[in-house]
Amino acid sequence: MNGWTDELTRARLHVVTGKGGTGKTTVAAALAVALATGGRRVLLVEVENRQGIAQLFDRPPLPYAEERIASAPGGGEVRALAIDPEAALLEYLDMFYNLGFAGRTLRKMGAIEFATTIAPGLRDVLLTGKVKECVRRAGKNGRHEYDAVVLDAPPTGRVVRFLDVTRGMADLAKVGPIKGQSEGVVNLLHSGDTAVHLVALLEEMPVRETLDAVAELDAADLRPGAVFVNRVSPPRLPARSTVSAAEGRIDAGRVRAGLEAAGLDFDEDVLDGLIEQTVEHALRVRMEERAKEKLTEADLPTLELPDLSDGVDVAAVYDLAEVLVARGVR
Amino acid sequence: MNRLDVDELLDNPETRVLVCCGSGGVGKTTTAAALGVRAAERGRRVVVLTIDPARRLAQSLGLRELDNQPRRVDVEGFKGELHAMMLDMRRTFDDMVWQHAGRERAEQILANPFYQTISTSFSGTQEYMAMEKLGQLVERDEWDLVVVDTPPSRSALDFLDAPQRLSTVLDGKLIRVLSAPARAGGRGIRKVVGAGFGVFTKVVSTVVGGQLLHDASMFVQAFDGMFGGFRQRAQATYELLRSPGTGFLVVAAAEPDALREASYFVERLSAEKMPLTGLVANRTHPVLAPLPAPGALAAADRLERSGDAPLAAAVLRVHADRVAVADREKRLLARFTRAHPGVPLIGVPALPTDVHDLDGLHEIGRRLAGE
Repeated sequence: MNGWTDELTRARLHVVTGKGGTGKTTVAAALAVALATGGRRVLLVEVENRQGIAQLFDRPPLPYAEERIASAPGGGEVRALAIDPEAALLEYLDMFYNLGFAGRTLRKMGAIEFATTIAPGLRDVLLTGKVKECVRRAGKNGRHEYDAVVLDAPPTGRVVRFLDVTRGMADLAKVGPIKGQSEGVVNLLHSGDTAVHLVALLEEMPVRETLDAVAELDAADLRPGAVFVNRVSPPRLPARSTVSAAEGRIDAGRVRAGLEAAGLDFDEDVLDGLIEQTVEHALRVRMEERAKEKLTEADLPTLELPDLSDGVDVAAVYDLAEVLVARGVR
Repeated sequence: MNRLDVDELLDNPETRVLVCCGSGGVGKTTTAAALGVRAAERGRRVVVLTIDPARRLAQSLGLRELDNQPRRVDVEGFKGELHAMMLDMRRTFDDMVWQHAGRERAEQILANPFYQTISTSFSGTQEYMAMEKLGQLVERDEWDLVVVDTPPSRSALDFLDAPQRLSTVLDGKLIRVLSAPARAGGRGIRKVVGAGFGVFTKVVSTVVGGQLLHDASMFVQAFDGMFGGFRQRAQATYELLRSPGTGFLVVAAAEPDALREASYFVERLSAEKMPLTGLVANRTHPVLAPLPAPGALAAADRLERSGDAPLAAAVLRVHADRVAVADREKRLLARFTRAHPGVPLIGVPALPTDVHDLDGLHEIGRRLAGE
């Protein structure tokens, strides 16, 4: 399957995960800009205290507040939020108890870190709880404040545990405000409003982790969304030549003649080096084709994103967003 | 640039422990395994401790699987010996409890629901147990080199911080206060917190639940006598990491994120006076043909227009792509070197295919050594 689907357009919470090093944060940011294109308002959220969004947009660390970080083509707007679990817990408790000074004392005592430490599920429940609040929050005119929320989630190895709030709650109080809230979170995460997207590279391990994550998501009754295949570079050789080049068969005589015809000045070392690079290229293309083939087992909408040899910066985020819009993201 | 000499490092009998650290997805596990292979080829008796549960590493070492005990990897032509194992954090934790507590108390601890949580899903346990296992391997003195891979943490720094976090929990001051506020410790805290204390206990028990707090409290009581032993061991391992026989290799891809993490880690190691050995810039793409890219691209354009030599044109496009990638990598690594001029560095050219076997690890070992 190729491109964005209507079903994905209906989602309001886009969770983006992927193996470490696949470019998860960049893809999440590009998706946020793409979704905001045409005048919508999108919130981009991170939860791992990495300040990856601030670094990507070349800004000082984000405070615990929703701040505008980018405008999108057509009058759209992207805001960003870095959720700090301690702040989320305090904010949350403040709704139920009048904490006053006690809030600060709790933090100073390490009580909050303590609570999140002895009950590891609590942290995730707090983070997803805050995300839910952002997704459901009403703005003016009774409409949602955000048209969409994009969550830069933990990597594939941890994402299902992170989203499986029911399991996280098993450790926690069976009654009380947290329990009440978590039910709302469960409803959101398991509904059609949520899609969990996976970022992959065309390499063996990232593809395997993607497939494992899809199976895990299915088993936890969470809905896999799209697969974003990141850093795809174009094959330079015609398909037939790729096969033989990957086996080390390149007609050096023909290459030499071609280079001479083009008027290049080169020696044998250059020719050998060029051929070796081409063999490596062909091997990589073959590996990528196998990875792509394997990835079809996920049976999910797939969107390819080009490799950007200049590296990743704000401009790159906009370039990738444009590609996503062209592939139907809205 | 200060070049990292991996062979010199591996050949030096003073090198007893090598810790491979870095953010996720940079090839830490493979690097650790390749270092083990290289060291064994060159005559060391080496054991590789890996944290990554991927079976692929076991298979590439020719083993069916790896478990919590070192297994010998049989290879002809090694001057030394290679052993490998994978950390089983639950088993390691259980073993520690058995070792430090009497039978009755150990059973009590292992059966406590809170122990189940701590030993499987607490975010610092894996790091703590990796440290413990490393300490055990060094203590056994059967190997003259231990190569250890670190857990795929949120951040490479977790390896140093997590044991402290776990320690704080096991220390149990807060749990004791919360579960027995009437006791002396409780009053002390109450004085500090003042009027907020009622809210404090109420909030914590509302949030985490009375049952969990009770389990935690029972656990801490049972654990109390053992805690000193635990902390002593953790301290001893920490000292081992700072000793001259230990080296930290920071593994990074030539990508901004990975290098930023590597920078943090380098700064942290120096602040902790930990012995930083160098940076492994993994999977680089050096240019193999000294031909300027603009000329190559112009020639490719000419050939494509004439349509005469499609193969040569493709070869030139491949070359121009490669130059662009190599330039970016060089730029990023130069930036790292400017920030950390004293850190030796070695670039490891990427293999064009995945590593499936010992030959692949041997080849990465060669590239690590700059061959």
